[in-house]
Amino acid sequence: MSQFATNTTLPRYLKDEQDKIEKIARAHGLDFFPVVFEMLSYDHMNEIAAYGGFPNRYPHWRFGMEYERLSKSYEYGLSKIYEMVINNNPSYAYLLEGNSLTDQKLVMCHVFGHVDFFKNNFAFRATDLDAGEHIADPVGRRKGGYDPNRRWVDKMANHGSAVRRIVDRYGIHKVEEFVDICLSLENLIDPWSRFVVRRRESIPDEEPKQVEVPRLRSKDYMEEFINPSEYIEEQKRKIEAKQELEKGKFPAQKEQDVLLFLLENAPLERWERAILSIIRDEGYYFVPQMQTKIMNEGWASYWHSKMMTGDVCDWSEIVDYAENNAGVMATSGGRLNPYKLGVELFRNIEERWDKGQFGQEWEDCDDLDVKKSWDLRLGLGKQKVFEVRALYNDVTFIDEFLTPEFAMENKMFTFNWSNRNERYEIDTREFQAVKEKLLAQLTNFGNPTIYVEDANYENRGELLLSHEHRGVDLRNDYARETMASLVRIWKRPVSLATQVDGKRAVLRFDGKEHGVRHDAP
Amino acid sequence: MSLKIDQDHSRFRNIVRGKIRQNLRRYISQGEMIGRKGKDLVSIPIPQIDIPRFTFGEKQKGGVGQGKGDAGDPVGGEQSEEEGAGQGGKPSNDAGDHVLEVDITLEELADILGEELQLPAIENKGKSRIIAAKDRYTGIRRVGPESLRHFKRTYKEALRRSIAGGSYDPGNPVIVPQKEDKRFRSWKEDHEPVANAVIVYMMDVSGSMGDEQKEIVRIESFWIDTWLRRQYQGLESRYIIHDAVAREVDRDTFFKTRESGGTMISSAYRLCAQIIDEHYPSSEWNIYPFHFSDGDNWSMDDTLTCIELMKKEILPKVNMFAYGQVESPYGSGQFVKDLREHFASDERVVTSEIRDRDAVVGSIKEFLGKGK
Repeated sequence: MSQFATNTTLPRYLKDEQDKIEKIARAHGLDFFPVVFEMLSYDHMNEIAAYGGFPNRYPHWRFGMEYERLSKSYEYGLSKIYEMVINNNPSYAYLLEGNSLTDQKLVMCHVFGHVDFFKNNFAFRATDLDAGEHIADPVGRRKGGYDPNRRWVDKMANHGSAVRRIVDRYGIHKVEEFVDICLSLENLIDPWSRFVVRRRESIPDEEPKQVEVPRLRSKDYMEEFINPSEYIEEQKRKIEAKQELEKGKFPAQKEQDVLLFLLENAPLERWERAILSIIRDEGYYFVPQMQTKIMNEGWASYWHSKMMTGDVCDWSEIVDYAENNAGVMATSGGRLNPYKLGVELFRNIEERWDKGQFGQEWEDCDDLDVKKSWDLRLGLGKQKVFEVRALYNDVTFIDEFLTPEFAMENKMFTFNWSNRNERYEIDTREFQAVKEKLLAQLTNFGNPTIYVEDANYENRGELLLSHEHRGVDLRNDYARETMASLVRIWKRPVSLATQVDGKRAVLRFDGKEHGVRHDAP
Repeated sequence: MSLKIDQDHSRFRNIVRGKIRQNLRRYISQGEMIGRKGKDLVSIPIPQIDIPRFTFGEKQKGGVGQGKGDAGDPVGGEQSEEEGAGQGGKPSNDAGDHVLEVDITLEELADILGEELQLPAIENKGKSRIIAAKDRYTGIRRVGPESLRHFKRTYKEALRRSIAGGSYDPGNPVIVPQKEDKRFRSWKEDHEPVANAVIVYMMDVSGSMGDEQKEIVRIESFWIDTWLRRQYQGLESRYIIHDAVAREVDRDTFFKTRESGGTMISSAYRLCAQIIDEHYPSSEWNIYPFHFSDGDNWSMDDTLTCIELMKKEILPKVNMFAYGQVESPYGSGQFVKDLREHFASDERVVTSEIRDRDAVVGSIKEFLGKGK
């Protein structure tokens, strides 16, 4: 039973529906945490949605802003939130009071899809609270069923009370200002850090190895020509110089988890450290959801559609369902709808694996007619989609399963900003371009990749970050503001190596002035 | 219902207020951004407050979409629709800015204006002598005329009595009120000063005043209205347009009319003095004439007539006389200099030159900064 603040019990008739739908979902092979449904009024729903799904968060104005946006768009009839579900064990899901029974059923089906995904997709293992520092085997099952500790509702509430205690002591304005600073660095985390050991223990007493220059293979008599000794010497000097340079370097290797680095090394007061740590924890909590937006929504939609049109709806509801479903799946304004893209891809995978449209033979086939009627009657579709939902994230999902046929059928295109016409314009429908752009967008879920490069930059205790430039510049005004946040935490000047208009540039902020230097760091 | 989020929400509103204050100049010079909504509210679109992060520059970014169209076609037609009907899920890639509309009461807006421009509160000339008595129904009594019987209260009393007396039957819930159950509305007399300030707007609509000039006047008058309305409980506005002759019009006509004739400013001042004499005895009213023109008067003679009129007819009766000279494509006229020459030492006359929209802010400050 629910034991947190909202405490709204589900009416009997919905509880009956829940039991019914739960059974159907299990029969289809879905495997989920226990789900607690709650019924909320619209303003309560908006409140919880503004808090990111959690009834208790730390105080911050941006939740109020989100609440205003949600309430306004609800009041003006622009949008309403049908459902919300939290990745928690047990999972909490909220139903909107006053929705029709058909809508509520749809939401329930959808929710079971999500919770199955939370439980089984590997990326969400990163939110297991009892898994320790590193998750060596993200898909392996422990004995006795998988029942991880994901009591994030409690954890978030604890964060809330911790921050409130700090607020009582230091005042809301001071604390909120610091939270703003932390939030502006929130995305500087390493999304895969739970799955990879990033920092290798170095053994300080170990004798440094002799410098070995890699040589090209050659016969003895050719050695001097293929690997001239002057060249080898020069290389050796270079490597030694580099090692000398790296000797005092800290961090030894560049680190993507900028927040962790600051937590460990920045001169912060205790309460500041506590807040930064909370923001980082919560940032990591939302990572898997961002990494699997398309898949997660696609999977849930795939199942609500299958269940609703199968056993859940009776004939009097089917038109209402179809209308509602069409609204959710609509693509408007040429925008990509993650629900639609996800569900279509899952269906496409199911069909291809049912018909055996995969593998070398399929790839090599050039005959469109043969391809069209290709059906090996393998019936592997269902097994495949379940496998995909466990082992992929949006990047690998698109990379592996987006086919030219699919992109064409779904009328996908890339668009770009046209300076001449001052609008976004369709660029191309070419498959490679579409796929590349989509993948680029999803990589690091649309955030630039930024590393801590050097904490003693120019031997002055300054912080040097580097931006791994992949063709798109940083937004300049925001970058400046963010640098200011970094200086506030690091308390020394901060530099960022990036590219501006195709040239290498080092942005620097010393607490008073912003500067740009246009040469290599 | 009180929500946990209320505190966060109110802090956000305060931040917005600060944000509006920072940008007030921009909102002022872009009159169209202020959509007046209903009687007391204005909607101000403000960009959603973003927390700055390292993020990609928008324009290079582009993205992937879905739908019909050829290369070079605009994406999805209009970009303005932020989110269509449907799910609460956010679109994965937004083109276009998030804009949040906040509603602010006119009073709040006036306060922000006042704080931003450091406008002093206006000294009331103590002329709020017209008092209207108004009945307000605020209380409940046990006696009164049947026509004022408070049905709900009476019913409640009767219900309470019948439950307490044991005569209430849920199966047949008939309630018969008795004399002692009856409750009546009662009233209190309130004394309120009624409209006690009037603004007389005068505008030159001769050929040299173009649309841009009128827009400047419109923006400026909106803010003057807003500020004075905050200062006085009741505010009336009168509108006079003139070229060589003057006539009184309604607000709409005031901003729309364009004539082509010459300019005789005295005609407007004469009409203004006449309106004041007929309707607004200066012992009871705070009077604010505002005149906007490009300053090209017909002749020096007419200018002298104006000055004569002001000295004799207008200035003795008004709180202050404001003249705003809007620069037109034909340049700026002589009139403002003449006024300054003749009324250099007279505090009641305020002049201001408004070169373009951006100058509106400064001009409002000049007009209202004296606290008259």
